[in-house]
Amino acid sequence: MGEEEGLHQTQLLDTMFVRGLKRKCIDGEEDIEGTLAGIKAIPSYNLQRQSLLDMSLVKLQLCHMLVEPNLCRSVLIANTVRQIQEEMTQDGTWQMINTQSTGQTSLDRLVSTDILCRSSREQAEGKQVPGYSNFNKDFEDDQTQDSSETMSTASSVQAPRNLQSNVWEMENAQENRGNFQKSLDQIFETLENKSPNSVEDLFSEVDNSYYDLDTMLTGMMSNTKMGHCDGLETFSSPTTTTSNSNCKSDLNELDHIVEILVES
Amino acid sequence: MTGQKTLQNILADIISTVEFNHTGELLATGDKGGRVVIFQREQESKQQPQRRGEYNVYSTFQSHEPEFDYLKSLEIEEKINKIRWLPQHNAACFLLSTNDKTVKLWKVSERDKRPEGYNLKDEDGRLRDPSMITTLRVPVLRPMDLMVEATPRRVFANAHTYHINSISVNSDYETYMSADDLRINLWNFEITNQSFNIVDIKPANMEELTEVITAAEFHPHHCNTFVYSSSKGTIRLCDMRASALCDRHAKFFEEPEDPSNRSFFSEIISSISDVKFSHSGRYVMTRDYLTVKVWDLNMENRPMETYQVHDYLRSKLCSLYENDCIFDKFECVWNGSDSVIMTGSYNNFFRMFDRNTKRDVTLEASRENSKPRAILKPRKVCVGGKRRKDEISVDSLDFSKKILHTAWHPSENIIAVAATNNLYIFQDKVN
Repeated sequence: MGEEEGLHQTQLLDTMFVRGLKRKCIDGEEDIEGTLAGIKAIPSYNLQRQSLLDMSLVKLQLCHMLVEPNLCRSVLIANTVRQIQEEMTQDGTWQMINTQSTGQTSLDRLVSTDILCRSSREQAEGKQVPGYSNFNKDFEDDQTQDSSETMSTASSVQAPRNLQSNVWEMENAQENRGNFQKSLDQIFETLENKSPNSVEDLFSEVDNSYYDLDTMLTGMMSNTKMGHCDGLETFSSPTTTTSNSNCKSDLNELDHIVEILVES
Repeated sequence: MTGQKTLQNILADIISTVEFNHTGELLATGDKGGRVVIFQREQESKQQPQRRGEYNVYSTFQSHEPEFDYLKSLEIEEKINKIRWLPQHNAACFLLSTNDKTVKLWKVSERDKRPEGYNLKDEDGRLRDPSMITTLRVPVLRPMDLMVEATPRRVFANAHTYHINSISVNSDYETYMSADDLRINLWNFEITNQSFNIVDIKPANMEELTEVITAAEFHPHHCNTFVYSSSKGTIRLCDMRASALCDRHAKFFEEPEDPSNRSFFSEIISSISDVKFSHSGRYVMTRDYLTVKVWDLNMENRPMETYQVHDYLRSKLCSLYENDCIFDKFECVWNGSDSVIMTGSYNNFFRMFDRNTKRDVTLEASRENSKPRAILKPRKVCVGGKRRKDEISVDSLDFSKKILHTAWHPSENIIAVAATNNLYIFQDKVN
């Protein structure tokens, strides 16, 4: 498994990052190798896998905004997402990551994907679907970690705007890379300087810096759904999302993606 | 294969399909704006032997217009996805052109005579007073300037929920099929309000959808046989005699996965973008993202030949996934004798593989690098560190310049290459 991972990692590393960062990755790798035999590739590999997952989810999300999604492309991306999530579930990474998340259960994280797609469908089905021009109008540059506070008191009007701008943020490669790169720099710095004594520590570092974007997205999705369903009720806590969503098993929520892709 | 080149450009919309007719005399192109442009080959002339066989514009018409689906609030693109010619029986030519939803049969005919000498109207077309007519005459046909007219003869609509990716004329010349992402329909040319569904892979529960149809084609000689390819890299051969609904394949072609090359992109790059029978009908060629494969119809478990189109992209798959290039659908074509196959790549490169000599060549379709009558120079992409003078490095490739559509004359070494909104026609040097 280690060799295979190494192969994947190289592939991903070679292509994912700008050249400067690539060198850093390799250096970081070599440091880990000495200290954590067997786990040497795991943090980087998981990171790339996670970013690939996020990229894919964004692509699927954008599909809904297009005139008519290309079904072949959507199916291929959905299959890739499914494949990643299956692998993450298999090697327990999925569970591990979730226990480290800030107060969220694994079900919530999986639900986030569900809500991601469902809220898009509801938007598509809704009569007042914001036009393409609205996305441009609503694009905001102030998507930082502070927006998580904004989010918790957002009204239904504001929620969609945050959603769009966040998605546009993701789509804006430069800014995305900026955030991503910052997070990664932090991670690799950590890995180089310290030698973590447990895998949990590794993930706690990863989690704080990298997964904030994910958490934000999750929260926003929940918020959007809340806003859409409950009018002007403000978003109180993350756990309320479970009451609004079906309790499906880990992988089934992915099926919704395909269902929505076709029906929208 | 190098050769003398004649360069012809059209500065129009992005070309979305290219197809020679059965004699090679006509070359049709369809573009993103729904237009069809037909080129005709010049007759050979003893006075100007060097101009032998140049293609000139013969006819231009608007095949499809943008439409709006009010039910789904979606625009239907007018982009021509495919053009297929019917064999010529009389002076007129017929072709099928399709966008995402509607197939149309067009008749292209020449008019070079017109009747003169009517009794009831004069030459301007004004009606004459019948009481003023004292003699009768027989109208005669007099020559006029050649006019090429295209008229829509049939419109085959409302049969596809999903986007049409292929059309294929049957060898019986009475029927044809149209394939979308999930279904394949059989049409009779004479009947436009009905089509027969012959393949349906739509699952009862759309949540279970994991595979779509990507291309389909009839066998060149056996009117009951056709193949269709899928996004999972499989080819199914179906026999319409077996059952009305050909959901059960007669043959199933799939190459086992190479475990050493496995990645998250394995499925995406295995998705087949084009499938073409050889002229002989013995082989089927498929194009996936990185390779072209030739399959023997009698061997289902693996392809007979595999050709690497641009394997240097294998390490770039993540970037190509990010910028969506990994979803580009390249086509592939056979030459008339099935000895050479051709397909496109990026940076306006296209590749040819000689199946007999196993030699391959990379050529470029670009104005900067080619002048009319100049011989095409083979290109090379360098993957390693040291780049030779004429080579281009992988990182310098322009991924916005992709050659998705190419065509090969049915009997001669003439190829048509569509590079975005330019059409290049290359011919083999004579003598």
